[in-house]
Amino acid sequence: MPAPRIQFTMPMRVLHWLMAALVLSMLCIGVTMVASIGNYHVLVSLHRPLGIAILALACVRLATRIFSPLPPFPPTVPPRERLMATASECLMYTLLFAMPLIGWGMLSAARYPVAMFGSLRLPYILPHNAMLYWWLRQAHTVLAYLFFITFLAHFGAVLFHTLIVRDGLLLRMVPWRARSGSAASSNHEL
Amino acid sequence: MSATHQPTYGTDRAPLSRGQTLARQALIAAMLAAVVGTFVYLGGWLTPHDLTPGKFADAFQAVDGVHPGFRRNHAKGVCVSGYFESNGNGVVLSKAAVFQPTKSQVVGRFSLSGGMPFQADKPGQIRGLGLQLTTMDGQVWRTAMVNLPVFPVNTPQAFYDRLLASVPDPATGKPDPAKMKAFLASHPETTAAIEIIKRHPPSPGFGDSEFHSLNAFVFTNAQGASTPVRWVLAPVQSAPAIEPTTQPARADDANYLFEGLIARVHRQPLQWHLMLIVGQAGDPTNDATLPWPDSRQQIDAGILTVDQVQSEDSSPTALLNFDPLVLPDGIAPSDDPLLSARSAAYSASFTRRSGEHKPPSAITPADADQSKS
Repeated sequence: MPAPRIQFTMPMRVLHWLMAALVLSMLCIGVTMVASIGNYHVLVSLHRPLGIAILALACVRLATRIFSPLPPFPPTVPPRERLMATASECLMYTLLFAMPLIGWGMLSAARYPVAMFGSLRLPYILPHNAMLYWWLRQAHTVLAYLFFITFLAHFGAVLFHTLIVRDGLLLRMVPWRARSGSAASSNHEL
Repeated sequence: MSATHQPTYGTDRAPLSRGQTLARQALIAAMLAAVVGTFVYLGGWLTPHDLTPGKFADAFQAVDGVHPGFRRNHAKGVCVSGYFESNGNGVVLSKAAVFQPTKSQVVGRFSLSGGMPFQADKPGQIRGLGLQLTTMDGQVWRTAMVNLPVFPVNTPQAFYDRLLASVPDPATGKPDPAKMKAFLASHPETTAAIEIIKRHPPSPGFGDSEFHSLNAFVFTNAQGASTPVRWVLAPVQSAPAIEPTTQPARADDANYLFEGLIARVHRQPLQWHLMLIVGQAGDPTNDATLPWPDSRQQIDAGILTVDQVQSEDSSPTALLNFDPLVLPDGIAPSDDPLLSARSAAYSASFTRRSGEHKPPSAITPADADQSKS
């Protein structure tokens, strides 16, 4: 009988780490650029195409998520925590779509060219409206802080399970193969 | 399922001691604190005295007051539209489509500097021209120019400090002259630039003003060769004899410069040559207070025609942010430190005014808009 799955599929794991790196970069770039004078231009020029890259990857990730088998929660995750984990997963998927769409939308409403790189420009997706731009700009900031806080909760929960509970939760997502029963041996001194 | 086939998660190891648990909790707290600390540092909250984009808007508000809905600088203005007919001469410098022998749509805005949207027009007030050129491929070039041959400062900090030196003293209602004296004493480049500016007094009106890019940009042509370029819009028309000269026609003619512009455009389109000034190795690209030698080659890239004028109240052009770093492929910023700062500061001002309700402008549709015949 094959060992039960404890990991997400490889595509899901690859997407997770790739997008984690991109989202963290974007949060850093975003919070830096709005306070920056000399680096503003280079940061905002990076911020736009990275945002669209995240949007494209989010589409792939959602499709992968819907059609992939998922590992069960370990028995060390009680029902209330499972609820919180599922809620924060849902929230993060929502933010992965909402943030770049709001960014694209706010540039459109302001009629800032949606410049990627070279001569590539994306079309405007909203009418030219200053107040609409302003609301979207505020939403972009508020949701960015929300994304940061959600990431902190996520990071904290994984650290808690890895270091305190030591239930091998992290193995679900590590980019190498981990099988059932291997938690005891692969976690080494943890 | 038998126990041997159930997934194990390592919970069968020796439990942690209280000390070990505490140590691990501390480690988790430290790691989370490090993440938060990094974020707080990057956002500038640990260095509150550093210059940020919003502080420029704050400084203009300190000097000129808060006028919701209006730009924090170049607050008084009128919108225009027209076209740019490129003659193809600019292709040697830049691959941007705007320099192909083609016609680009243009919208723009003439303005006076300062944050007061209802100031009385004065000949010495700096005149601005913001333009947006849109080519057939949909790319956009925005530029924000003024009628000065050089800029009075060469760093964002200097711009900010000079602005602060002109904040009115609450006791007198006027700026403290000692502050500006102190600023000039520590900024010889400003004194030198002002001397150059004095040698180029303003023309009688908007229509006969020259508008300068001030900052250098890097033009790259189809062969990949890059050249530093500054540009100037040189007026085709000279000052008309019948228009008001440097003195207002009537004492209460607070809008005489704008009225003069409007009257001229209604009679006949106004035109400017776009002269691209070709920089050579060694020409300063990072110092807007320094002129380039007069002997520099100038390439006439085409003619800008302004044939319509509209009040800000009836033109969507008023909503645009003339960010000089909205550039087509083929034009890039130089290392002038003012460029990124302008983009950042304009963005902050633009966001502020976008969320405010703007009352009618000084130049209303009744003043500016041409009746369609």
